Amino acid sequence: MLAVKTENLTKKYKDVVAVNNLNLEINKGEVFSLLGVNGAGKTTTVKMLCCLLKSTGGNAYLMGKNINSEPLAVKEIIGISPQETAVAMGLTVKENLELMCGVYGLFGKKRQQKINQLSNQFNLNDILNKKAAKLSGGWQRRLSIALALVGEPQILFLDEPTLGLDVIARSELWDIIRGLQGKATVILTTHYMEEAEALSTRVGIMKNGNLIDVGTPTELKEKAQEQTFEKAFIKIVKGAE
Amino acid sequence: MRTVTFAKRTLKEILRDPLNLFFGLGFPAVLILLLTAIQSNIPVNTFPLDGLVPGMTVFGLSFITLFSATLIAKDRESAFLTRLYATPMRSYNFILGYTLPVLPVALMQSAFCYLIGIILGQKITINMLYATIFNIPISLFFIGLGLLFGSVLNTKQVGGICGALLTNLTAWLSGIWFSLELVGGVFKKIAYVLPFVHAVEIEKAVFLGNFSNILPHFLWILGYMFVVAIVSVLLFLKQMKKA
Repeated sequence: MLAVKTENLTKKYKDVVAVNNLNLEINKGEVFSLLGVNGAGKTTTVKMLCCLLKSTGGNAYLMGKNINSEPLAVKEIIGISPQETAVAMGLTVKENLELMCGVYGLFGKKRQQKINQLSNQFNLNDILNKKAAKLSGGWQRRLSIALALVGEPQILFLDEPTLGLDVIARSELWDIIRGLQGKATVILTTHYMEEAEALSTRVGIMKNGNLIDVGTPTELKEKAQEQTFEKAFIKIVKGAE
Repeated sequence: MRTVTFAKRTLKEILRDPLNLFFGLGFPAVLILLLTAIQSNIPVNTFPLDGLVPGMTVFGLSFITLFSATLIAKDRESAFLTRLYATPMRSYNFILGYTLPVLPVALMQSAFCYLIGIILGQKITINMLYATIFNIPISLFFIGLGLLFGSVLNTKQVGGICGALLTNLTAWLSGIWFSLELVGGVFKKIAYVLPFVHAVEIEKAVFLGNFSNILPHFLWILGYMFVVAIVSVLLFLKQMKKA
């Protein structure tokens, strides 16, 4: 089954076309990376798929649910960890998790079970009572992804999940994202080529709002006849000019 | 339940900020104490306690706008709201979650000012309770302003508009510190078009038991409260679409 299917999905701002007739299919259980230089349309695409932005044309279906006519049903099955560290800074780690549990209607025993599960999965047990504002960038990102998983999303959007993190924190987050493979469909946007190569089952490359290529990292390297994924990416993007 | 969950978070964020506690409770109390001390050393009755305390309950509410708007602006900037907009939460969950928990904080602030008045020698009367109750529509007006400014301004702008401009407007155009009759003219006319002086007049009248004087002022406040509520909800909904 397709987790995501877009049909000529378009977003225009007056004279600017941010996303242009995007046709994309993402399979259930995939880790799919959306790559592109700044302004390529990655974040706009994610925002439309998450029902945060209205499309100006076309349509998209998440697990068969229409983003335009069934936004609430779509929101029931997705989770998002935005580019910025989107946590409640004045609350503790545990309170942040409790808040999201409340948002998804988990109370009492179910809430405690969910908090225990995520605390174990993300190694949050030692910092549960620490205020989010006091955490390092890496731990805030970790919490941000944990929060996105509270509602047990079928599709998880991670927008630049490791932006600004040090090597160790990034490596730890990679392990977490790898652990999600098969449990949820993960749609990742990133500027780091090695991240996309290491984590993704398939990659979509966007430029100026257009999807210019899709394939596995190996397929894209072969197609571009390059040894490294970064060089392949550069060649594909420049070749599309 | 989503509204309650979100409201609890709003309350925690506001009450945990020490600056909020200082400006919300400490600052009005300090002003009452300071001006009462000044009053005790001057022959003219410039800051009578029965005018100063009700006035200060209104002045303190301008900080409620600041707290509320700052929290919303921060949530927008940090993308915390973006995350929540992608959940099944509805717009009313956000609007009520941001506004309702601030009301008890506002009323506590009002009650705290009357408590300071009692400590300074005012007699305990039922009118103090009535005055606190009459603070509800006034509080809703200021809370609505918080939602309005938080929806359209960034944190820095909120600091300027709410922290500087609104507090000064509330201070100078409300008749708390001096009678507007003394200034008169355009200043007085402008003051009476704005809601602040009407809010203070309601509080003073109720506190002194002059209930017959409150109706025109009350209508001004209700008018402002409804207009601000409608505009703030519309602006909040508009910014939701731009997440």
